Parts: sequence; C-alpha cells; structure tokens
Amino acid sequence: MTDQTTESISNIVQRFDAKPEMLVQILQAIVQAHGWISEDTKRQLASDLNLSRADVHGVVEYYHDFRTEPPERHIVKICQAEACQAMGSRELTQHATAAVAGDTTVEPVYCLGNCACAPAVMVNGKTIGRVDSSRFDALVAELREIV
Amino acid sequence: MSVTRVYIPRETTSISVGADEVALALAREAKQSGAAIQLVRNGSWGACWLEPLVEVEVDGVRIAYSNVEADDVPGLFAAGLLEGGDHAKRLGPVSEVPYLISQDRWTFWRCGLTEALSLDDFLLHQGFKALQKAWDMGADAVIDAVTASGLRGRGGAGFPAGIKWRTVADAEGEQKYIACNADEGDSGTFSDRMLMEGDPFGLLEALAIAGFAVGANKGYIYLRSEYPLTNSILSRAIDTARDAGWLGADIQGSGFDFDIELHLGAGSYVCGEETAMLESLEGKKGIVRYKPPLPAHEGLFGKPTVVNNVVTLASVPNIINLGGERYAGMGVNRSKGTLAFQLAGNIKRGGLVEKSFGISVRELIEEYGGGTASGRPVKAVQVGGPLGAYLPESQLDIPLDYEAFGEIGAMIGHGGIVVFDDTADMAQQARFAMEFCAIESCGKCTPCRIGSTRGVEVIDRMIKGEKRDENYDLLVELCDTMENASLCAMGGMTPYPVRSVLKHFADDFASGPEK
Repeated sequence: MTDQTTESISNIVQRFDAKPEMLVQILQAIVQAHGWISEDTKRQLASDLNLSRADVHGVVEYYHDFRTEPPERHIVKICQAEACQAMGSRELTQHATAAVAGDTTVEPVYCLGNCACAPAVMVNGKTIGRVDSSRFDALVAELREIV
Repeated sequence: MSVTRVYIPRETTSISVGADEVALALAREAKQSGAAIQLVRNGSWGACWLEPLVEVEVDGVRIAYSNVEADDVPGLFAAGLLEGGDHAKRLGPVSEVPYLISQDRWTFWRCGLTEALSLDDFLLHQGFKALQKAWDMGADAVIDAVTASGLRGRGGAGFPAGIKWRTVADAEGEQKYIACNADEGDSGTFSDRMLMEGDPFGLLEALAIAGFAVGANKGYIYLRSEYPLTNSILSRAIDTARDAGWLGADIQGSGFDFDIELHLGAGSYVCGEETAMLESLEGKKGIVRYKPPLPAHEGLFGKPTVVNNVVTLASVPNIINLGGERYAGMGVNRSKGTLAFQLAGNIKRGGLVEKSFGISVRELIEEYGGGTASGRPVKAVQVGGPLGAYLPESQLDIPLDYEAFGEIGAMIGHGGIVVFDDTADMAQQARFAMEFCAIESCGKCTPCRIGSTRGVEVIDRMIKGEKRDENYDLLVELCDTMENASLCAMGGMTPYPVRSVLKHFADDFASGPEK
C-alpha cells in the first residue's frame, strides 16, 4: 500500500485545511493512502489539529475503518449481515479463512449493499457478488497472480 | 456510419457480477469488428437478478440482454447484438420487462434510463426543473407541497418530512444546514446506493430544493465508506454540477447560494442514527445525542438542520414537479406514496421494486422475487434491516403500511426485505441480532451496551439447553429493558428480531436436549 507516491500525512491534513471537524475525513484519507493509523500519526494529528491526543485516540478507536496495525498486502472483507447469512456467508467465511494465504487479511463487514447478489465480499476495495466457495477460490488465485 | 448506443450500468451490483469486464469486452469486440459504438454507463434499473444487463438502442428502442458475461460478447456480436439480434440472452425491449413496467417509479424513474454522470442527459430528463419551479413557487409553497404529499422519512423512522422542514424553516438563526443521511447500513438495503449511483444529480437537486425551502446554504451528504463506487460517482457529480453553476454561489443567476460537501463514514452502523451522524460529521466519535434538542432546532454544529435520508430527499423533485396531492394519491392510510422495496437474501429475482405502500410482503417475494433462490420454502422474512422483526409465513399478507407493521411489533424501516428458506436456524438469527448490537453499540447507554452482550450470553445458554424456561423469562425481561430504556433505536429495537424469533420460531431454541 505504501509507496513513494503516497500522500504524506501533512499533505492530507492541509487538504482538509487542518480543521479539527474534519478529523474523521482526515483519518479516512490516511487509511486509504497508508492503510493504517500509527501512534506517530495520532500524535501528529493531535498537534496539527489542536486536539488532545485523547480526542484523536478516541475517534480512531471508535470506528471500524481506522485500523491501528498495518494490514496484510490484500484485504478481503466478507459480509456477515443477514442477507448474506441467508445465502451461506457463515459457511463461506469458514471456507475463506482456511483458503487465503498469509499475505491476506480477512475481516468481517456488515453489509456491502449488494444484498440481491449475496453472498458479497470486498477484495481490495472492489465489491464482488454471488460468491460461493469455488468463486472465492478463483478470486484468491487471481490475487496470487498479482505481483 | 451511425454510432450505436450500448448501455451497461456503472453500478456496484452490476459491476460486482462483471459489468466492467463486459464493457471492456464490448469495446474490444466493437473495435475488432469495425463497429461504431458508444458505451453509455447508466445506473441500474434495479433488476439485480438480470445483471449485468446490456441494452442496445435500435431505432430508438432499447433492447435488453441479461446476465451477460464477458465471454458472451463475441457470440452476441455474431448474433447481431448491434441490430438487436436474437440470442439466448436477449430479453426484448427493456420497456416491456414485466418486473420493471409494473412498478410505480416515482423516485427512481431516471435510474437506469439516463447516463448517470452526464449532466446533459440529466437536463434532458427534467433535471433541475423542480429546483427552478421551487424558486417560482417560493419556499413556503415548497414546504406546503412536501407536507401535502404526506412524505415520511424513508430512513426508517417515518417522520413527516414537511413538518421537519417547517420546523427548520421557522427556527431562529442565520445558518441552517441540510444533512443527507446516506449511511445505508441496514442489511438487505441498497436503494440509497442505487439512487446515488444511478441518478446522482437528482439527489443534488433534491438537497438544493430542501436548502431553498428552509433557508440553508449548505448541504452535507454523509456516505458510508462501504460504498467506494458511490463515493467516486457522487464526487464527480458534485464537481460537475458546481462547474456548471448548479451548485455554489448565486446558482444560475437566481440569487440562491447552495453548496454540498460529501463526507465519508468509517464503518460504524450507529452513525446511521441521525444524531450520531451529526457527531461524525463534526469529526467526532459517532455517539448518539440526547433528544431534545431535536436536530431541527440544534443539529449540525448546533444549528437548525434538516436530516433526511437519500430516498426521502430524492422523492421531493417529483413532488414539486407533479404536485404533493399526486404523491399522496398513492399508498394507503398514513403511508402515502411509494417505497423502494429491496428484495434480498435468499430470493430468486432480487432487486429494487418501487411500489406504492399497501402491497404485501408475499406479493413482493412471490410476484417479483419469484420465491427463494434455493427453491426451498420460505421460513422467515426480515423486513427493515437488523432491527426489524422476522416475519413467519403467517404474517406475509399484512400490507406494507407503517402503522400496520407497528401493530405486530415489526417495522418497514428502509424497505429491506431479506428472505430465509427453511434451512435457516432462527435461534442463530436471534443471537446475531444481539451480537450485532454488541458490536455496533455506541456505548453511551447501558441497556444497549451491556444488554446486548448479556443477550448473546442468555441466548447461548438457551441454545445449549440450559434452564430454557428460566433463560426465556430472563431474555424477555432483558428485551423489555432494552426496548424501554435505550437512548436510540439501536438498543431500543434490537429486541424486535429477538422477540419475533421467540414468538414464531421458538422450536429453533429447542433443537437439543434440555440440561
């Protein structure tokens, strides 16, 4: 995720005019660019936005999106909500956890809004519908081809 | 040589089953065969079961081909796709598809029809006509029309939109806001997303009308982060509208200033609750506020704020264009107009069906949905998202009407209808309701924060067969506490699905021996 072209934290803060009320948006932009929020980032945001470290920490901890550890190279989110449950997401999740390689983070998500084509998964930010275990295996195989 | 217009949606569901690959294949095949085509990325008509749905315009008629895969494209070209040629996947004119033509498309009428990101196409299809009419009518008459329409909040609470708008219009203060709730977190719902992806300018127009009516010069759209494609479409639509003078200062020389800021959520379900959403829009934790004060009096940054769901707002332009009475003429009792129902889960023909209130769940899942995807009997239907009751077969004929659903301890919510077949274990579904509440609770009030965790534990004991009667009573008592003492609908309504399972599917708790 992180490479030379990744927008710096300072740039992101400036893009939102260093406004404290934009904290959620700033954190979202950081996660999208860097993948996660480090302790250093929290410290920098508190200072740049004139917030207490506790304020920043609280917001980071509150939202599921704001991961505080670097994720693996690929992120696979599997919907665990009711519409997908009705189409076998519990079984798919079991299968998926065993099927992925070590370079993949598998995590739950509660609704991708693709409920008419369940079960749904999100692979590196792309929503995919009608996923059964064989389709899931094909998706994993595609990930392995990405160098 | 004439250019043939070929439509393929740029919409999450369609893309999730291959629309982008099909678009690439269409472009490639056209190039190879020397055919001149124009790919039009429309929104989805909402017939998700037919996606990817390709349409080819032949002599002004759009001929549909359903469930097209990239591999089908060479064969389709060989069969004369561009002339509407016959093929196993040819459906015929999209204007004759029964699933679509039998709907009451009031709010979603442009979805699928137009090129979503083309402002020209939007303007050709009544775009910004309602805003201009609103300027002529004046703010008061706009609010009167919304009140006369009987439109109620489509996010779930069903509060009359006209009353809310009037309250904000009458509130003291120079600065007022419109906050559009696009945090569509309920499982089984995707109507907000389809509207935003299929008719983004329509939503922008709706916000501007609301702003004009109540005297707000700024609108916010709070969009959930699980919808990255929607984010990109809406962002582009906002930029396009602003560049063309339909947002910003002195819109089209009218003297009316209005701009829109798009904010992303961060994966918190409770931020769909209006006050939690306002907190999040202010950059804070999405923790529910006490009410009063109502957001209409003290909302975003303490200013009077209209908080409306996407579909609520998007229903307004046609109310202005066609009149509130016309909208109120649809529906039943106090449930006026239409709702975009969403058929989801274990359903053969899932998708969005906009119909007048009063239709039954059975009609929707049988006549539109075609029954379960698995072909097995329906066991339960959850209406209204994770806080909605599970209806047994015997309740499927109750008309979809806010009050009629309230009477049976159910709710229509945002119109999501999730079907389960007879293999579903309803005790697990009751457990999940509590588990989900435990995961997503904002933590401010005890009944929700602690009650949900205790709920999971009690249900686990029941499933294991430990002191079933005693635990049953305890669970009922816990549901009473959560329902009566929680601060918002998260804790207050989590008991709905739980109680419905206790009432209608109690056998599922008793699968093992009692210990």
